[in-house]
Order: sequence, then C-alpha cells, then structure tokens
Amino acid sequence: MEIDAEYDSGSDVDSKRRAKGKNKPKPAARGKKAKADSVEESEEEEEEAPRKRKGRKKKEESEEESEEEQKGRRKKAAGSKKRAVKKDDSEEESEEEKGNKRKGGKKGASRKEKEEENNKEKKGNGKAAGKGGKDKQDDKDKKKNKGKNSSGSSSDDNSEDESMSEGEMARLKEEVEEKKKLIVTLRNKPWRMKRRLKCLKEAQAFVEKFEGALGKGKGRRLYAFKVMMTKVLMGMPYGSIARKTVPRDEQDSAMDFSVLFEFGVICYCLIWIKLLTFLQGYCKYSIMFYGYYNNQRSIGLLQFRLPLSYLLVGVGIFGYSLMVVIRTMARNANEGGDGAEEGAFTFSWKLFTSWDYLIGNPETADNKFASTTTSFKESIVDEQENLKDENIHLRRFLRVIANILILCCLGGSGYLIYYVVKRSQEFAKKDRNELTWLQKNEVEIVMSLLGLVCPPLFEVISELEEYHPRIALKWQLARIFALFLGNLYTFLFALFDEVNAKLDNEKEIKNETIWALKEYYDNYTLHHNVTENIPPPNISPADVIRGPCWETEVGIEFVKLTVSDIQVTYLTILIGDFLRAVIVRFLNYCWCWDLEAGFPSYGEFDISGNVLGLIFNQGMIWMGAFYAPGLVGINVLRLLSSMYYQCWAVMSCNVPHERVFKASRSNNFYMGLLLLVLFLSLMPVIYSIMTLPPSFDCGPFSGKDQMYDVIMETIEKDLPPFMADIFSYASNPGLIMPAVLLMVLAIYYLNAVSKAYQNSNMDLKRKMQMQRDEEKNRRNNKDSTNQVMKDLEDLLPNKSLIPPPSAEETEKPADQLSKSPKVTGKPGAAATGKGVNVKKDVSLAAANPRAPVTRPPGPRPPGPLPGIARGPLPGQGMGRGRGGPPPRR
Amino acid sequence: MGNKQTIFTDEQLDAYQVRDSLVCIFTFFLHCSLHGRYHELAPHLVPMDYTNDPDVKVPLALIVNMPELKENPFRNRIVESFSEDGQGNLSFNDFVDMFSVLSEMAPRELKAIYAFKIYDFNVDNYICKEDLEKTLNRLTKEELTPEEVNLVCEKAIEEADLDGDNKLSFADFENMISRAPDFLR
Repeated sequence: MEIDAEYDSGSDVDSKRRAKGKNKPKPAARGKKAKADSVEESEEEEEEAPRKRKGRKKKEESEEESEEEQKGRRKKAAGSKKRAVKKDDSEEESEEEKGNKRKGGKKGASRKEKEEENNKEKKGNGKAAGKGGKDKQDDKDKKKNKGKNSSGSSSDDNSEDESMSEGEMARLKEEVEEKKKLIVTLRNKPWRMKRRLKCLKEAQAFVEKFEGALGKGKGRRLYAFKVMMTKVLMGMPYGSIARKTVPRDEQDSAMDFSVLFEFGVICYCLIWIKLLTFLQGYCKYSIMFYGYYNNQRSIGLLQFRLPLSYLLVGVGIFGYSLMVVIRTMARNANEGGDGAEEGAFTFSWKLFTSWDYLIGNPETADNKFASTTTSFKESIVDEQENLKDENIHLRRFLRVIANILILCCLGGSGYLIYYVVKRSQEFAKKDRNELTWLQKNEVEIVMSLLGLVCPPLFEVISELEEYHPRIALKWQLARIFALFLGNLYTFLFALFDEVNAKLDNEKEIKNETIWALKEYYDNYTLHHNVTENIPPPNISPADVIRGPCWETEVGIEFVKLTVSDIQVTYLTILIGDFLRAVIVRFLNYCWCWDLEAGFPSYGEFDISGNVLGLIFNQGMIWMGAFYAPGLVGINVLRLLSSMYYQCWAVMSCNVPHERVFKASRSNNFYMGLLLLVLFLSLMPVIYSIMTLPPSFDCGPFSGKDQMYDVIMETIEKDLPPFMADIFSYASNPGLIMPAVLLMVLAIYYLNAVSKAYQNSNMDLKRKMQMQRDEEKNRRNNKDSTNQVMKDLEDLLPNKSLIPPPSAEETEKPADQLSKSPKVTGKPGAAATGKGVNVKKDVSLAAANPRAPVTRPPGPRPPGPLPGIARGPLPGQGMGRGRGGPPPRR
Repeated sequence: MGNKQTIFTDEQLDAYQVRDSLVCIFTFFLHCSLHGRYHELAPHLVPMDYTNDPDVKVPLALIVNMPELKENPFRNRIVESFSEDGQGNLSFNDFVDMFSVLSEMAPRELKAIYAFKIYDFNVDNYICKEDLEKTLNRLTKEELTPEEVNLVCEKAIEEADLDGDNKLSFADFENMISRAPDFLR
C-alpha cells in the first residue's frame, strides 16, 4: 500500500503517521474477538505500535550509532537507578533485578535479534509492571527495567536461575503464555507476512527460552510433533487449492440458479411421493384403473384384503402428502427466520458481498455479473417505487380495468371448458368409431391450450397495472393459479354431472342384470326341476352386461388429461424453445436485424410458471390417483423424463429471465400453493368416496352401498369383538365432540403462543433498530461531546495554570525529585501495596495541589496530561484517592 | 512436491505452519503447492530454492492471470492490497499471505480487514463515494446508468455510515459487513 511504501523509505513523521494508521483498524477488529482475548492482549496491542515505531526508527539511523547512543543513555540512567535501588530496596526487589538481568543476558545471543528483544523486553516489563502494581512501585520498576536492559546486555550472569522469586516466576509464565497466545492468534492479525514472520520468530524464541527455564516444555514437544507429522505426510502431491476451487465453482454456478434449485426441490419431493405411492400401487395391483380390481374380500395365503387396502392407500396418500408438505413448510419457516436485519443494509451488502471470490469460470462469472446487475436493478426499482407518486387515480382505474379483463378471461375459460365437457358427453353417447381423434380429446386439448395461452395474456394485461415487479409476479402467479384451479373445477363439475348420469344409467343396468339373473334362475328351476345348488349362469365374462363403471371413467379422464398435458409441455419446449433457439441462432447470419438481441430472441426460462405447472400436475395426480392408480406411475415417468429434458432445454436453448424476482424470500410461497392444491384436490375425492355409491359390478367396492363400508366390514368380521366395541365407542358423538373441542383448544393455544413469539420477535427487532440508531447518533455526536469534554478539562484549575507544552518538561524534574526521596511520582501504580510511601511525600503534593484523576489505574505512558504525571493526590495525601469524584474547588 | 527440502528449509516451513497452528498440516500442503503455483507464475523469476529468502517479486500482470483471480472484478485491487509496495508486485510472503486470507479458514475479522483494503481503491483508509462507484461498476460491468450508480452509492453510504462523514471508515464497514449473511467466505 502507498503508506507502507512511503514509510519504508520515509521520514520520521511518516513513520508515526503510519504506525497510527496501522494501528487504527486493530481495535475495531479486535473488539469482535473480545471474548477470546484477554486484557493483556489488548495492552500488548497498544504497545505494539510504539515498539514498531522504534524499531523502524532505529533502522533508519545507522545501526551502531543508535546502539551506542542508547546504551550510553541507558547506562547512565541505570547507574543512578541501580544505586538507588541497591541502597534501600528490599531483598525481593534485588532478586527481581537479577532475574531481569538474566533475562537480558540470555537474550543477547544473536546480534540481529537483540534489538528487537530489547524492545520487547521493555514492553514486556512495562506490562508486567502495570500488572504487578500491587506489590511494586511502578515508577521504580520501570526505570529499573530500563537500566537492566542495558546492563543485561553487557553483563552475563546466568547463575541465578534458582533464586527467582515467586512473583518473577509468575510474571515470566504470564509472558510466556502471552507469547503463545500471540503465536496462535498471529494469523488473525492484519499484518504483512514479513512482520508476522518476524513477530513469530521473536515470540517463538521467547517461548522456547523461557519455557525451558520454567520447566514445562509441552509446547516444544507439541511443536516437534507437528514438524514430524508434516514430514511424514508431505508426500502428497497436491495442495488443497486446486481441489477446492473447482467444485466450489460448480456449486456457485448452481447457487446462481437458486430459484431453479427451489424448483428442483419441489420436483424431488413430488417424485418421492409418487414413487412411494406408485410402488404400493404397482406391487400389489399392477393395473391402471379402479375398475380392474375386484371385490374379493381377501386374496391368497396371506389374506390380503384388497378393498380395504385400496381405500386405506387412497386416503393414506393424502395423509402422507399432507404431512410431507407441512413438514417441509415448517422447516422452511424455521430456516427463513433469520432475516432479522433485512433491509438495514440492502445496498451495502449487495455492494460488498455479492461477488463470490471463488468464481473461476468465465461463464459463471458472466452469470454472476448478470445476476448482480439484476439484483441491483431490483433494489433500485424498489427504492424508486418508494419515492414514486404519480396519478394515483389513473393507476387505480387501470388496475380495476385489468382485473375486470382478467376476470373475463377466467370466466371465459371456465365456460369454454364446461361447454367442451358437455359436448364431449354428447359425443360419448354416439358410437366411438364415428368420432374423430379431435372430438375424442377435445377437453384435454382445450384445457392445455388454455393453460398455454392465458398466462402470457395475463402478463400483457398486468402491464396496465404498473405494480412493483415483485407484487406483479405474485398477482400473475395468483391469476394463473386461479385459472388452473377454475379449469380443474369446471372440469370436475362437468365430470360429476356425467357421473350422476352414469349412476342413473347404472341403476337401469343393475335392474336389468338382476332381472336377467332372476329369469335365468326361474328358467333353470323350470327346466331341471331343481331348486337348490343351481350353478351360476355360464355366460363368458366378455358377454356379461356391465354397468358403465363411473370410477374408471373418471380415472380415464384424468389419465387423458395428464397425458395431454405431458404432450403439450414437451411440444412447447421442443417448438417454443428449441426450434426458436435454432432459428434465432442460425438464421441470424442471414437476417436483416439482429435476431438474438431483437424481436424473437431466445426463450426465457419461466421459473414460476414451471413451478406452478408442476404444482397443478401434482394436484391432478392427487385427484386422479384414487380412480386410476396407474396415473402415479405415468407421472413418475413423466417427471423423471421431464427433469432431464427440461434441464437440457434450459441449458441449451433458454436464457435466464430478464428480471428475476423471487416471489418470496422463503420457499413457502410455492409450498403454500401446493398445500392449497392438495386441499382442493382432496375435497372432491373425499366427497366422492363418502357420498357416491360405488358401481355395483366393478371395482373393489362393488356390491356395497358406500365405499367406507369396507372398514365396517373389517371391523366386524376380522377384528376381535372388543375392538368393535372400542370403535363404536370412539365413533360416538359424545367422544368425538370433546375430541374436536380439545383440538380447537390446542389450536387456539398454539396460535396464541405463536402470536406471543411473534410479538417478542418484533420487539427485539425494534430494539435492535433502536440500538443501531442510538449508536449512529452517538457516533455522530462524538465530536461535539468530545468538545464538551475538552472544554470541561480546560476549565480545570491546574490546566489553566500550567499550559500543556510545559508539561513534559516539568515531568522530568518531578521524576528526579521522586527518585531521590524514593517515592514514586506516579500515583497510578501506587494504588496498593507499597503505596504507603506516598504518604510521606509532602513536597510533591504541595507542588501540584489539585490534580483530578481521569484515568483508571494502570501503566501510563508519559502523557500530555500534566496533572496526572505530576504526583499523588492532593491534600489528603492518600494514595488511593482515585475512583472518588475529582475535587473541584 | 516431493523435493520440498530444496525449496524451503525446515525452519522456514515451521515458521509458516505454526502461524496456523490449528491447521498446520493443512497449511503445509497449501504452502507447498503454493510455492508450486508461485513458481509457475514466473518460472524465470522464481527460483526453486527458497532456503535463503531470495528477494523475488512477481509483477501484478502475471498474478491476475491465475485462474483463481482471472474472473474476479477486483483482481487488481486484491493483488495490490496484498503487495507490500502497493504496486501489485508480490513477494512469496505476500503471496502466501493472500492465499491464507482468502482461504476458508481465515477468520471473518481478518477477511473484513482485507476486504476493506480491497474496496478502498484510493488507499485513504476510507471507502468514499468514488470507491463505491468503482466497486459498483466493476460488479456490474458498468451496465448501470450513472444515475443508478449514484443512487446505489448514496444509499449504501446512508445505510452504513454511522459517524456521518459521508464515507465509510473501517468501523462502519466492519459493523455492516459482520452482519451480512453472505459474508462467510
């Protein structure tokens, strides 16, 4: 970076600036890891800068010169101090001094390191002094250390290892621990590698030296182990980068189509449901339609109860599907719950975090660019939408018109379907051979065509409304949904008409059959004079008079619908996408305008439309599966094939939607639709099971008044009598009503709980927002409040007496003063322990009568605040005066 | 890299590893292959023998052609902010540095710091409006109109700027980015 470069070559001023600049991000960065790092660390951080500065400075000057100079200076100081110390200090202190000497001496090993070590020593000691304030006088300590550094380098006395005091040991240990921590956290520091390595080397050297001395070489051993391990394992040829990057890329390209992924998930879900039901259907009865199953109560050795299982499976599918859908929704709801601060930083997040740094594939990158641009545009539109206010009346009018138009479309399509179904019933009365293919399949074709034509029509109409794109998409989806549902229901009603007609028809046939049977028996008794053991009539099964079997008819309708839907979908993709893409691609060479960019262009992949199609397809399956179990199988094949087919189409001949607007943040929008469709398709089926009498001569329920009679029959015949009792009690309204009541209560309770949670959620959100605002305000006002503080400080009496520039000058004499009578000049460290000495110091107190304490106790660099550096607290002469309110007189 | 001893001394390797003491072995592989990568960039410049810390720098133009960076709209900025001279010439140390910060294992705080450096185009320790505009133009391949760019930049500053100086300091940036759901890389 620029600053760095300047600094490397640069002047002293630059160096200071840089050190500041470098230091600046640190506190902020560290704030995050506050939990991990202790106080010492941050202290260390603060001291890092001056150290660095010094080191740099030294480099600039010629090395020897600076060395000499410093040594000289230090020696002087050390000499005087040592004398003082030796004269009157306790045994403990002298011991400590020796320890320090030892430290210094040991470190003098390598020339190159020495400089740094010295600095570090100073730093470390300074810190230790700050911490050790409880048992030592700070000022003295510091000076001693300074002296020791120099003397340590000159004099080697290693022999005093054993005489280390407890406090010394503890301090050393602490330092070693710190260094270790530094080693571990080094990689989290935003330093240059060079600096890191240097720092690491120092720290390692320190740790190694003193860990040995302290007699716990665990770190060393670990270290050796690491080295060994790496040597053992180094045979592997490739690193992780190459292997990691590529799959990530793919993953990311997949993420770009995150909506597609949604689509895939739903697909997958449906396939599973279907596969299951299909397997059940396939293994047990491999035939497509309801009518092929007979009403034998039990089959084979295992007494397989076909009618019962048919009914149970038919209803069970609904139960299972309901469970799956609801569980998925619940999971999605849980996942989507983290959008606490959504909207707070929309643009910033998009700006700074939208690029994926792992993208290495040009195509993926292009997609990413496109999607980023779209998302920006989306946000911009959002933003502009908020600001826009236009002719609201015109817009309302247009919206009303659009809705009317769409209602007309829906009504028209509904009527069309009803008409077509009616017509097909008329056709059905005629001889099937006379009908053309078109007449036979009219209903399905019309329905598919409506599904094809109406959505684009809706889109055109919705242009009138000028909704925000996201809302517009929702409207669009809702309308298509309404269209499909309307069509499906008209179809169903028409079908029910037909079914009723068939039921009447069936009654006649049934009477006829009964009549025929009766006649047969009459004739038989007449001719053979036998009244018992009459053999059944031996008409071949093909000639038996049959009822129309409305269930099978319904099943056939649904199968036809599904198949035609498949055809239309596939053909649309083939013609609408593939052919178009081919034409656009190859005719572009010899065309008068740019086909790719201009009018036809490539087809867009309409995600929401496709998802809706899938949902309706599923609805049709749910409706039809009871009457045509084979439908499930057809649909499994269809989904499997269409997955690959559509995948190919999307990849080869579609372009991404121009404006990708997700319908909703969570996937629950489509899941909700699916649930609705499930419910709507469940209703007619359950209705028909419960109310319509089954055909008398086809299907597993033939011969029964109602389909659910099978269950009664099973209960009566197969289960032990007490079970029947239980069931009869269970079906008693007296039991059912309380159960329903209980459920209602449970729903009410859960609802209340969820409301409460929602409220508290909102509350928390609001609090967060408030906090943010507060923070913003506080930061905004920081300067001004600082100003106030400064003014306050200026008003303090001693500041007004002594101007700041003179502060440093006055400090020195004060220090000297304090030295001679062996009293610390700094009250900060004199808080405890030996602070007793301070009491004696009367002269200093007199020199600076009023000094407010503005800082907490601790090591203090020679600061610009003269009052603090000056001396102990006034008047009272108590060393522990801080914490109380500053005296203001 | 079977012949690793010839590239680095054990000491050097140890130094690099212990930096990531938790994932030292992993880093080791990373590192060995990294040297390979570094060497590939400029075979004529980078020696295979790194035992005596040769002072070699690979220029920016070669580095941005790495497949990892080739498609990145901020590739120049990335390389520049990791280079010690600010011009985009990376020594091997800088190179390792870059990969370690961009790797998955680097902590978020560290990434935030370097992200800030990357987005700070004019190296003034603040992300000001020009920086944002540059960022946006690189992100969208300059497909937005100037008005749109202006709007986005203003909104972004308005959202994230906590101290009201119309530019983002690191504190602002960190505050904003640490809450971003996408900022996990």
